[in-house]
Amino acid sequence: MLKLVNVNKIFHPGGVNEKVALKEVTLQVQPGEVVTIIGSNGAGKSTLLNVVAGVYGVEGGKVILDNQEISHYPEHFRAAWIGRVFQDPLQGTAASMTLEENLTLALRRGHPRRLRWGITSAERRLFKQNLALLGLGLEERLAARVGLLSGGQRQALTVLMATIATPKLLLLDEHTAALDPRTAATVMDLTEKIIAQHRLTTLMVTHNLEQALRAGSRTIMMHEGKIILDLHGSERERTTVAQLLNMFERASGNSLVNDRVLLS
Amino acid sequence: MSLGIWLGSLEQGLLWGAMVLGVYITFRVLDYPDLTVDGAFTLGAAVAAHYILLGGNPWVAVVIALFSGAAAGLITGLLHTGLKVAPLLSGILTMIALYSINLRIMGQANLSLLRVKTIFNQVLNIPQLDTFGPVILGLLVTLVVVSLLYLFLQTELGMSVRATGNNEQMIRSLGVNTSTMKLVGLATGNALVALSGGLVAQYQGFADIGMGIGMIVAGLASVIIGEALVGNQTLIRAIIAAIVGSIVYRAVISLVLQLGLPATDLKLLTSLIVVVALSFPLVRQRLGLRSLRLRSEQNAEASQREQNLSSRRG
Repeated sequence: MLKLVNVNKIFHPGGVNEKVALKEVTLQVQPGEVVTIIGSNGAGKSTLLNVVAGVYGVEGGKVILDNQEISHYPEHFRAAWIGRVFQDPLQGTAASMTLEENLTLALRRGHPRRLRWGITSAERRLFKQNLALLGLGLEERLAARVGLLSGGQRQALTVLMATIATPKLLLLDEHTAALDPRTAATVMDLTEKIIAQHRLTTLMVTHNLEQALRAGSRTIMMHEGKIILDLHGSERERTTVAQLLNMFERASGNSLVNDRVLLS
Repeated sequence: MSLGIWLGSLEQGLLWGAMVLGVYITFRVLDYPDLTVDGAFTLGAAVAAHYILLGGNPWVAVVIALFSGAAAGLITGLLHTGLKVAPLLSGILTMIALYSINLRIMGQANLSLLRVKTIFNQVLNIPQLDTFGPVILGLLVTLVVVSLLYLFLQTELGMSVRATGNNEQMIRSLGVNTSTMKLVGLATGNALVALSGGLVAQYQGFADIGMGIGMIVAGLASVIIGEALVGNQTLIRAIIAAIVGSIVYRAVISLVLQLGLPATDLKLLTSLIVVVALSFPLVRQRLGLRSLRLRSEQNAEASQREQNLSSRRG
């Protein structure tokens, strides 16, 4: 489904601030596979997602989605196949537009925007059905501005928006990290439900090691722009959080100083 | 004040209303500080006046003005999206370039339309309607522009333009080319501005090279006044707010002129209105916080008293 071949990403090449964010990264993701990505700050997790989404171009290598090379397509072009949820709940929705307008924009992902009437009544019914599944009572507030919703509600809405036009690939960039624990759990449950329902191929960055092992079917660990660990199958099932921490220390050759990873 | 003056500010408010809507589109909807407006307004006036003096139909002149404004907006947009010029500078560059272009179109600094057929002297010839002719015309034009704009902003394209001004990253992740949307927004906004210029030239009976100076500030003042009076909670409210703001702004201007302020001080006054309006939320916030604090102190006192009472009872 998704294939990265020797992908290099360098920020500010040639300058004093040169930073190699991805080093010869190669990754192959099977259709329907849900991959969780862990690693300390600056390991290249978010860069990896952004390179796939087209936010950044690559300095070398290829990004292939569904047997089609997409390395040179701009971000908005790739968006036809890729759904995304960001860490910041404010980033995934347009605050001054209504719920139904936000959902309509999301439903048209991958279609040209014409001078055609925005929302049909059939679509409104579809939105109500889907919002009801969230269990947040949002189906009664189609005409409310999204800015009036809480962070958790907005993030749940963003997950729905990323998947309402079924994408080939779903990218989740620590999408529950900015929420309080209870809301985070709700949004995560919802995400897993939607992923299972559509059998979505997913890349999910997380700081929560327990979540990384529990959710999905495969876990990769990144360090200094490289994939240093790739767990799946029975090996992954037997792994505990403590072991994962150990593996990290061994593989990266230094102790883990990022307390955000330790504490989560 | 006499009826004539009120009628005058209503007429002006409606005719300049399209310009205010243009400023609303670029500044508010698209969140783009577009200074093309000053040039685009004069461009619309110049194009319309020139076409009418060539013997053209005054209504067609308005339509041509509309398209000339759209072209000006496109140039600003291309400077920004294509050449990566900063938004503010892209508008300034087009505005300055338009000064020369407008002079070329007019051939001189001022074109008089006094002895030719305009949309206004056509309605003034209708008996019994003559006094209210310009107002009715202004209302009709405003109604058409407002309805079309309201419909446009609810189409797929219009929604994408709004989302671009609201959250660029989000709408790009939903597959919209934000550069194209900026071009659409800037063209729409400046088309409305030039349309207004074409109407105003016919209303005043002349097109002047300096008639667009300070238009952007007048537009902003009107938008802000409208938002304060009508609000912007829904789309239709925000659009109507722009028109109401435009009328109130013109009324304020004619009021202070009546009070004896020289016309040359108007730009200063307009700037002051915008400064006051912009500082208004801050002032209100400070005052609001103070009243909130007072209230919470009162609440704290009240609950303290209740506690004392219950402990005594216990």
